[in-house]
Amino acid sequence: MDAKDILGLSKNSFPALEKKSRPHKESHRKPDGISREVYALTGGLPSLMPSIDASHLKKKPPSNEKITWQWLPFSSSARKDNLQLYHWVRIINGVPPTGDYSFAKYNKSVEIIKYTEEEYEKYLTDPMWTKEETDQLFDLCERFDLRFVVIADRFPSSRTVEELKDRYYSVCRAILIARAPSPGDVAAHPVVKEPYNVSQDIERKRALSMVLSQTRQQERRDEEVLIEAKRIAELRMPAKAVQESQLADASNPGAEVTERTIPGETASSPMVVSSTLTDNAAILASLRTLRVYLRTYALDQMVQSASSSAGLRTIKRVEQTLHDLGVNLKPRVPTKAVCTEHLELRKEILTLLNLQKQVQYKEAEGSSFRDGSYGESPGTPKDQPFIPEFMSFGGERVGKKDHKRKVHDIVYNYVILYYLFHSEGEPCAQQ
Amino acid sequence: MSNNSCWEKLGPDQPQSQRTKMGKSEDKDRKNLGKKLKDVEISIPIVYGNIAFWLGKKASEYHSHKWTVYVRGSTNEELGQFIKRAVFQLHSSFNNPTRVVNSPPFELSESGWGEFEIAITIYFHSDICDKPLNLYHHLKLYPEDENSSMSTKKPVVVECYDEIVFPDPSEAFLARAQSHPAVNFPRLPAGLTLPPPIPVEDASKRRKGDTKDHSLCQWFMNFSEADELLQLAAARQQVQAHIAKLKRQINLIDGQHQQFKPSSDQ
Repeated sequence: MDAKDILGLSKNSFPALEKKSRPHKESHRKPDGISREVYALTGGLPSLMPSIDASHLKKKPPSNEKITWQWLPFSSSARKDNLQLYHWVRIINGVPPTGDYSFAKYNKSVEIIKYTEEEYEKYLTDPMWTKEETDQLFDLCERFDLRFVVIADRFPSSRTVEELKDRYYSVCRAILIARAPSPGDVAAHPVVKEPYNVSQDIERKRALSMVLSQTRQQERRDEEVLIEAKRIAELRMPAKAVQESQLADASNPGAEVTERTIPGETASSPMVVSSTLTDNAAILASLRTLRVYLRTYALDQMVQSASSSAGLRTIKRVEQTLHDLGVNLKPRVPTKAVCTEHLELRKEILTLLNLQKQVQYKEAEGSSFRDGSYGESPGTPKDQPFIPEFMSFGGERVGKKDHKRKVHDIVYNYVILYYLFHSEGEPCAQQ
Repeated sequence: MSNNSCWEKLGPDQPQSQRTKMGKSEDKDRKNLGKKLKDVEISIPIVYGNIAFWLGKKASEYHSHKWTVYVRGSTNEELGQFIKRAVFQLHSSFNNPTRVVNSPPFELSESGWGEFEIAITIYFHSDICDKPLNLYHHLKLYPEDENSSMSTKKPVVVECYDEIVFPDPSEAFLARAQSHPAVNFPRLPAGLTLPPPIPVEDASKRRKGDTKDHSLCQWFMNFSEADELLQLAAARQQVQAHIAKLKRQINLIDGQHQQFKPSSDQ
């Protein structure tokens, strides 16, 4: 990845550009003050951050400017009182700056909706709230700029932050809809579009507080669980592919029958068997129609058919293993016996690789199970509402139950993360 | 490598399945004798390649090497009994690039400076097979190893072993091949008798075609099936041992899982 990727610029547009600009290469000169190596990293593109030349900072100001600093009073439009404050001001040629205090523009306040008595009676009545309470809430909202935690603190009757928020946003929503000439006019307004969801907010805060109250050790375990979940998911894909190919191979005539450790798969194997049988028969038949062929050609066909169900990576690994064993990828003396042995060896290597994956997978599963006691916190939901789809893969005789627990934990962790990152559709979330 | 050896060395499954299949087709075959024999194959082990000598002082710009490309029997038996003609397709820069060799030994000598791929088309006698077979050989003049300097004494030799396989040979071919030393002759199905072997032509004619006393035969490479089988057997043993180890490991892990499995989950 280079700077172009980071900036999201398409690479295609560059060759043409480069061709054009090649004659005037000089225009691409690196600016002063940046080392050549650093400039090379940007690929000649302007950097995201402005680079200020160091010499520029040292430059003396023009001689016709006389700069002084003075302790002067100032007024701010952000203040309602007449408090007089002072600050240091940079003065050029003895002319003090005029106008408002430069930070006054950041003094923003929330516009709180005002409702009339009539509107309240018509749209805003709520059995849980009196008009007085609602009025008080809106006063406090205006006073504290929707800082609901502060509002809850000052609120005379005891109401939770969520209750206050719920009342405020539902009132705003009702008023906005009531005042709009047609419902379509306010549909896009954030308050209308995404109503405040009390239960989700409560759940979010509960999950958040749980995560925040976690010890570092628990956090580390969480991380491990997620990494393991990823690894298990990754392991399953190739392991499944290899198992299938192994089953296919085991069914070849003359192949050593490999022990089937996957009882769940046996149901599907007869189909695989027949397909491989016909595969080999097809090769023999096609060779026969040639009437004359080279032994190496026949071997190539057989090798291809034997590895057709394996992935490219598995094929590469088989070849690497052959190489490690000091065996030629293509036999030097391909007699019939040598070819048969060679094919057998390849099949055995496939079996070996498959077993290696199984061991790896089982070990991963085993180790994740051992610290599986974690996650049985009181909050753990007892009934999982859904079963992840990768659960349905290959019935492990022993591992299935453990696996279910594991998935349970993982799902639970994802639920927490979901709440953390997709907090809620709360509009104007200021608290 | 001895003839007829392949069938004994095969794993137990394949010949058996072939033999059982043969039982069915046997009656049919006996009826139309002289036609094709199913599930029997004849193979002829061959070696093809080239030997190239650097001309040393005599080398000129366009003729730095003298080379010979050939197809020979793997044990230097003559192949003329089966091969009618070999056609060597040379690089188009040669005069008459298509060279036809109508009698054994099937070889061609030329001189040149460049390496290129030679297509060798082999035609068989009509009672054996009416279809030709193509071989491809990349002519090699310069030693692979950068360190070994070119010498006029030691040629560059590149050879490939392969076997020409005839599935379902005709009985006439079988009869002709059964006593020929250049052929891997199959074990015939029980009950099948071939006509007595056709007496081979006089030995002197055969001697002319074989490559046993070839001027270049000291450079011919040896292709040992036994070495290859030994190597494969060693590799298979290693892999099988590894497989056994992994299976034990899986059993062990399964056992551990059983221990960890809490009763509450059941």
